Amino acid sequence: MMQYIPYNIPFIAVALLVGIALFIIIFKRNLIKIVMGIAILEAGVNLFLVTLGYRAGGVAPIYTMTPEGAMVLPVPQALTLTSIVIGVSVIALMLTMVMHTYRHMGDIDARKSRLLKG
Amino acid sequence: MEYLTVHSPILIVAVPLLAAFVTPLISRMGNKVRDTFNVTLFGFTMFLVAILAIDIYTGGTRVYTLGAAVPELAIPENYMVPVRIMFQVDGISIFMGLTTTIVMLAALVYSLQFLKNETGQDRFYSLLMLLYVGMIGLEFTGDMFNLFVFLEILSIAGASLASYRTNLADAVEGGFKYIVISAVSALLVLFAIGILYGQYNLLSIAALANAMQFNTLDMIALAMLAIAFVMKLAGVPLHMWAPDTYAVAPAGITPMIYTSSAASMYALYRVTFTLYGGHFDTTAIGWVVIILGVLSMFIGVMMAIHQTDIKRLMAYHAISQSGYMLLGVGVGLAVLTDPVALASYGRDAMNGGIFHIINNALYKGMLFLTAEAIFFRIGTRDLNRMGGLGHNMKWTTIFFIIGALAISGIPPFNGFASKLLIYESVFRFNPLLSIIAMFVSLVTLASFTKVFYSAFTGPEMPAYKEVREVPRSMLIGMGIMAACIIFFSIFPGLVVDTIVAPATEALIDQASYINGVMGVAP
Amino acid sequence: MSVLTYGYAVWSPIVWLVALIVLALIALYVRSRGQKRYKKGTAQTDIFISGIQVPPAEERHVPAHNIYWGFFEALKGFYSTMMRPHTGIINDYILWLVVIMTLTVLVLVMAI
Repeated sequence: MMQYIPYNIPFIAVALLVGIALFIIIFKRNLIKIVMGIAILEAGVNLFLVTLGYRAGGVAPIYTMTPEGAMVLPVPQALTLTSIVIGVSVIALMLTMVMHTYRHMGDIDARKSRLLKG
Repeated sequence: MEYLTVHSPILIVAVPLLAAFVTPLISRMGNKVRDTFNVTLFGFTMFLVAILAIDIYTGGTRVYTLGAAVPELAIPENYMVPVRIMFQVDGISIFMGLTTTIVMLAALVYSLQFLKNETGQDRFYSLLMLLYVGMIGLEFTGDMFNLFVFLEILSIAGASLASYRTNLADAVEGGFKYIVISAVSALLVLFAIGILYGQYNLLSIAALANAMQFNTLDMIALAMLAIAFVMKLAGVPLHMWAPDTYAVAPAGITPMIYTSSAASMYALYRVTFTLYGGHFDTTAIGWVVIILGVLSMFIGVMMAIHQTDIKRLMAYHAISQSGYMLLGVGVGLAVLTDPVALASYGRDAMNGGIFHIINNALYKGMLFLTAEAIFFRIGTRDLNRMGGLGHNMKWTTIFFIIGALAISGIPPFNGFASKLLIYESVFRFNPLLSIIAMFVSLVTLASFTKVFYSAFTGPEMPAYKEVREVPRSMLIGMGIMAACIIFFSIFPGLVVDTIVAPATEALIDQASYINGVMGVAP
Repeated sequence: MSVLTYGYAVWSPIVWLVALIVLALIALYVRSRGQKRYKKGTAQTDIFISGIQVPPAEERHVPAHNIYWGFFEALKGFYSTMMRPHTGIINDYILWLVVIMTLTVLVLVMAI
């Protein structure tokens, strides 16, 4: 049992990050904090993707002057890079919209700055 | 021509992408050059979609592998599974592709005159082409991670376009809500894709469907994928973002964002029918989809009749009509493993649900365009202040009447044909669902009568005496959709046999989807 | 081509349209046998509301939300219950997503 815990620490970290991020998005009212929550959710999912490719005792998947042993999987690393780039553009777009909302309403509380309801 | 047909899946994605990136450069030369450039490149894309459609309906599924020696070579030498990015176009993919292309044509032509006095137009057309690329890529892809990438592309482009009018406070709020829920849903989709990848080391849909073992982790992944897609398609109880976003988007964008919700519905069907089909009892997930469909229909229409903002009312109707599609295809999903029921009413239920997708995109799109035509001339969306517009805006009134009768399911329009298929088939599955569907259709007619009375009929208001008809390109945009509606109304048998029945076949027959990829020997 | 056949019945819009045209012709014929002698533009075509003075256009046109007053009044309890979740706050939307996703995970894992 004890030897499984170091192997599982990244997955426990993923669960904590996703849980904290969903808590922030659901319960925090400041729009900037909601954007931060989405950034943490994205970090958790990226960590999950990279951890999936790990093989015990593996080396980096580069072919030049490779040391002996198995390599970790390179595909999840490519997926994570794509996901990081998408995440950057989404966060930039959301922050622009929060800025416009502040300029119009003067307040970035999610409960007070809404015009559309019902 | 052979070269164009073979390479058409990637060209249909690449040509609008080129248009999106080159538009800011071309618009330095003037507005007319940019408009001509966009319409020309989009015309070429429509031609490619047409020849791809003819090829699929005569020849079967087409596979396009990026980077292979021959595009149909799905599995490389000495490999057992496909490892390259693939586009796999079958009946339902090309059906959604045709829907998207018709709506995009109407939206593009409508926007040519609607945006004449706005600033930042080159960014608008760039983002509109990117939105089209995202939707077509989602519909043509054969790879799970590619699905996530195109889903994010269409979310980002759609949210930027929804908040295009940054001088209005509620537009920015609508766009912000859309991007937040899209980001959270897409990240949960990526989490589920990670779960599937961690188990099987595969990303291609056909290879995953072949290797699927239906253990607990796979069920968790299915639940996450299904509910994230239901949130993107605005099914009740996850629908509350949709009226906010659809109401504030500029004209032409609301039909496109609505069709991107239909593309998310296609992704839901792809995951439940193709990825998790096979030797799996789909009754549980089928009933989940049916219950979401019935809730969407009922709550959508009861909230719609209460609204006083014309576009919010139409947005709630869009949610309610999505419930019809979920109901029809959900009945097909629930009886997928029962061959007797599938042959007697399952296929007709799915035909009705899928036919309703293209019908709804056409008449809902046209109704949104008429609502924006009113906003263009009057400057308000509040129904309490409108009146007597039918005296001056005659063409808009005619298009509104066609759309309102079609959406309520009045014969002889195409809405009646698809709703008849859904009523008759669902009645044989469970009579109560069919009765709820008929009641919802009745309340739909009631709420559109309310809109017609308050906006178009009545005495001529002195405040609106100088209101004239909208410019010509907007009328042409609405006219394209009206012509398609009338064509689909008079020839429903032709449309169902040519376009809808292959789509239903493609969803039910999971084995041919897998064989299209795995059966191809190196 | 224009006939939609499904398992148990047939829908043909051409037949429906032909029937509509026949009935419309009958109705037009009956209408043409009626009263022909009225003059447009005189007091015969003005609005008449039992002799009182006709109010101006803005006051005559019933606003949209008052049209189905009886329906909304009868369903007041239903609508007050339905308006409460539709708050417009973004946090509530994500809360619904998490709750429904958890319920679906439980339903699907139990059903296997």
